[in-house]
Amino acid sequence: MLEKALTGTKRYYGWMAALLVVIGVGFICYLWQFRFGLGLTGMSRDVSWGFYVAQFTFLVGVAASAVMVVLPYYLHNYKAFGRITILGEFLAVAAVSMCILFIFVDLGQPIRIMNVILHPTPNSMLFWDMIVLNGYLFLNIIVGWKVLEAERNNVAPAGWLKPLIYLSIPWAVSIHTVTAYLYCGLPGRGFWLTAILAPRFLASAFAAGPAFLILLCMIVRKVTKFDPGKEQIQSLGKVVAYATCVSMFFFLCEVFVALYSRIPEHTEHLKYLFVGLHGHGVLVPWMWASVILTTVAIILLVNPVTRRNETVLALACVAVFVGTWIDKGLGMISGGFVPNPFNQVTEYVPTLPELAISIGVWAVGFLILTALFKIAVTVKEEVEGLI
Amino acid sequence: MESSRRSFLKIAGISALGLGAKPVLDVMASSGEAAKPKTMRNPNALLAKRWGMVIDTRKLKTEEDLKPLIDICNKIHNIPHFDNPHHEIKWIWSEEFENDFPMQEASFLDDRLKHMPFLTLCNHCNQPPCVRVCPTKATFKREDGIVMMDYHRCIGCRFCMAACPYGSRSFNFRDPRPFIKKLYTKYPTRTKGVVEKCDFCAERLAVGEMPACVEVSKGALAFGDLDDPNSEVRKLLRDNYTIRRKPALGTGPSVFYIV
Amino acid sequence: MKMPNNKKMYDKGKVIAGLCIFLILITFPFWYNLGKAAPAPELKLTAKAKAAKECVLPTQTMKADHMQLLNEWRDSVVRDTKRIYVSSDGKEYNMSLSNTCLDCHGARAEFCTKCHNYASVTPYCWDCHIDPKEVK
Repeated sequence: MLEKALTGTKRYYGWMAALLVVIGVGFICYLWQFRFGLGLTGMSRDVSWGFYVAQFTFLVGVAASAVMVVLPYYLHNYKAFGRITILGEFLAVAAVSMCILFIFVDLGQPIRIMNVILHPTPNSMLFWDMIVLNGYLFLNIIVGWKVLEAERNNVAPAGWLKPLIYLSIPWAVSIHTVTAYLYCGLPGRGFWLTAILAPRFLASAFAAGPAFLILLCMIVRKVTKFDPGKEQIQSLGKVVAYATCVSMFFFLCEVFVALYSRIPEHTEHLKYLFVGLHGHGVLVPWMWASVILTTVAIILLVNPVTRRNETVLALACVAVFVGTWIDKGLGMISGGFVPNPFNQVTEYVPTLPELAISIGVWAVGFLILTALFKIAVTVKEEVEGLI
Repeated sequence: MESSRRSFLKIAGISALGLGAKPVLDVMASSGEAAKPKTMRNPNALLAKRWGMVIDTRKLKTEEDLKPLIDICNKIHNIPHFDNPHHEIKWIWSEEFENDFPMQEASFLDDRLKHMPFLTLCNHCNQPPCVRVCPTKATFKREDGIVMMDYHRCIGCRFCMAACPYGSRSFNFRDPRPFIKKLYTKYPTRTKGVVEKCDFCAERLAVGEMPACVEVSKGALAFGDLDDPNSEVRKLLRDNYTIRRKPALGTGPSVFYIV
Repeated sequence: MKMPNNKKMYDKGKVIAGLCIFLILITFPFWYNLGKAAPAPELKLTAKAKAAKECVLPTQTMKADHMQLLNEWRDSVVRDTKRIYVSSDGKEYNMSLSNTCLDCHGARAEFCTKCHNYASVTPYCWDCHIDPKEVK
């Protein structure tokens, strides 16, 4: 079926070519970073993790969200989602690929990456993250590919796939839990040391991922002959609505605990993010934008009248995605490192090469996503007799 | 056609086995030499079950008092100096009380401590969170309690830097060599992409010498075995009130401050 | 069973031309460097090395396994706290690349780099380890 990714419309070729150019620029910047060192980024002794790790954290969530289509279909026989499970699984493949790439570009000594396998360290959450991420990638590739192949050949999927599909459901939860456990077990980082971090991660993942999937379904409907379906999009919309509500609720719980207890270890980080600290506040407008976007999105998504309007739904999904991205992809990392263990502020802003490399990695993800979606959609078009 | 291909493969397989046998047998034969080489410690090496340090802040009152301690460490460990504070590398330096002890709310601090410089370094914790999170055991706790760095194994993921509650660790954001004033040839430098920190002068302890900062401190720093009730550090801890940095976090720091 | 005998080769010209180009490209290192073969480097031993007569391990073993030995030395020094190596004839050495190996063998440009250039390997020892003779 791979050959289906190699042929397409002029628009398809143009899009892939544009992505390759972006990837090329990112790659050249990475070579520069490889020679010079991570000093090319905006990271510092105080903020030692930055944009790369933030993108990784956000994308693990997007990857985990595939479970929101797989679970209703395979565990509860919600037949409508049968049309789009493959899209969720292939989105997960693209997202996890980006995660792995972001980890790689973030390493100071990437050529030693095999040390994580040569010297396994079960007490380190990064060890488990490597295992669960690669396992999830493997699971989704196998399950997605074989189920799609079976659909194309008009047969039932092989029996041995069922246990793998069932495994992928708790596994999806585990990838984002383990990623949260990277942060929430560190005694010195008050902003992250909270039991609600893993639930927050999962809730925002189940908001952002399906929101992005909705947008992808709308695009697929527009540029191909396959229509994922109005009911499918509406069901996903309900998932996004409730997940965003829960995510916002968890955030407000965090705010309450910090502001009511007034313990500096908790309040200082929130202060830095939302009102600035010691005269520094580069993230303040971003964080408020995130809150406003998420609130507006909740209003639009919870109200069935606005949710049923697909234009409004699309806008709300963009708002959810962007709002969640700001929260996880910008606020969470800086919030954890600022102020530093000495209560001093060193701000972090990504540099241009850092952004170029990051956009290059995102472009790789989009390349994988487009190719896989092209294959899946072409198969579905063939099966439904649309071409 | 088929039978000749099959017999070709059979012959190829047996030949490969036959050709491979000799080198394997050679390797087997070569083991079993005269005396096997071995490794050992210098008989002068200083040993302990848990190294610890007591800093008498009454004897280190000003920046001038701290300077020789910081300078000697920087010299013998090839610490680079960067103008860009983002890339700063420091193993031992000075901070104010409210920065070293932020949980010790410093509103009405006594005049002596208010602006006194405090010597700051890795605490070589008993339960080090940095060791817990390192995915390759590049940072690890030795049997004598020192939290060591293996610069060959470090992949530069900086998880240890996120985990350290004390900001003790520095990362090589770029090649440090051009930024080292004078290379001290008895100790290596590090390379870009690895994390580094104070290692209680493990290379000096191995040949029977005290850590450099202790040696030049004119008695302000005491260094010894916390597990030995008769050591100098334990005596100081019995006779003086001391504080440690962020003890509530459960890390068990091994650096004590007499205030 | 009679197998079909299909002797027709499609695109014969393009295939053979492509094969020729491939062969030329893949044998590039050989014909490009014809006549430029450098002789194996002759290592000059320092006076100290000549006086010591033998290295930490027999010369052949060192030639084949010095990389492994250095790795073992590093693990022993950094992770085991043992810094002294006792060779099989009882001589004690301090396990240090810069201060023991180079102390006997001289500058790395004269010793290490000569063979490494010939073998076309670039180990990154010297990113961290210092050659004392290069510092003045």
